[in-house]
Amino acid sequence: MTIFGVALLALCTILGNLLGEALGQALGVKANVGGVGIAMLLLIAARIGLARRGLLDGGVLSGVGFWGALYIPIVVAMSASQNVVAAASGGMIVVVAAAITVALCFAAVALFGRLGDRGETMDEIEAAERARAAVDTHP
Amino acid sequence: MIAAVLQANALLVAFVVVGAVMGASAILSRMLTGGRVSGSAIAILIGLALAFYGGIHTGGSRGLADIPLLSGIGLMGGAMLRDFAIVATSFEVDVARARRAGVAGAVALVLGTVLPFAVGAATAYAYGYRDAVSLTTIGAGAVTYIVGPVTGAAVGAASPVIALSIATGVLKAVLVMVGTPLVARTIGLDNPRSAMIFGGLMGTVSGVSAGLAATDRRLVPYGALVATFHTGVGCLVAPSIFYFALRALFD
Repeated sequence: MTIFGVALLALCTILGNLLGEALGQALGVKANVGGVGIAMLLLIAARIGLARRGLLDGGVLSGVGFWGALYIPIVVAMSASQNVVAAASGGMIVVVAAAITVALCFAAVALFGRLGDRGETMDEIEAAERARAAVDTHP
Repeated sequence: MIAAVLQANALLVAFVVVGAVMGASAILSRMLTGGRVSGSAIAILIGLALAFYGGIHTGGSRGLADIPLLSGIGLMGGAMLRDFAIVATSFEVDVARARRAGVAGAVALVLGTVLPFAVGAATAYAYGYRDAVSLTTIGAGAVTYIVGPVTGAAVGAASPVIALSIATGVLKAVLVMVGTPLVARTIGLDNPRSAMIFGGLMGTVSGVSAGLAATDRRLVPYGALVATFHTGVGCLVAPSIFYFALRALFD
């Protein structure tokens, strides 16, 4: 049932946030440490566990998939509720600090990303998956 | 009467408004750029422009969401639904690939905390700040706009300095949102591994999630998985290790 997927997603998100808060408190930090990341790991674990028991049906998939599909619209709403005025009116020190930080971090991604094996691109991964699916259906 | 109905259905109004923005963006993407700039990127830009308008119009800090009729935008784009949707994307994560890039992501996380902090503190120094408290607070703001005020409060910074620190973090997030699709090809942001490195280095969940969404939706879960640890790590080290280091240097 679809609600099982939504409930599982909500449970993982709540548990992750709780664990993130607890981790923050244990470390003496006034912030949530990795709550969403922990929630993602919980959901990944749940997915693997359900698949192993054959319980990962279409309902569960559609309950989670719907919210994943709403991700970009939610990000658009998030960008529409940012404090852009404050960001634009902080003065030169703000512009300099933010611009240099972002430029340097982009450069670091470029450098770091090229170290080690680059890995397949998403396009290559999807092409390989399609090829495999095609072989499976036409043996 | 219309206003009462719209306010009673605030979240639904937000769905309609965002749907309209996304629809208009898809058309603009095709007509103006021939699909070269993704509709998502344009939608996020329009969102930021609307937030600017909302901020000017109401004097509030939550962009369009401060307009009473559009308060649902704040709920839809707030932390609860944002986290909910990000977690949902993890259903698409390829565990083997994520694990292989795990170490790279963790190293990027450390680098993504040290680099912005150093740049922020150095900029503050260049603009005449000499006390460890202000340098730490502005440096922390360059990590994320949550690390800034949390750190500022912890080390006892003055309110204008905390405001600068928040502004730095917000502008960083906005620059990441807007800049990522522009530089994605140049910095090799087209595979799960580089998305995880990107998430760790850029930090700011809002910046990373919107930047990746505007670049390639399939990369989102990999970047978000690492980026969500960024604020926690920043709040951990900025008011402690980084502050002590700067205090040893300047006080």
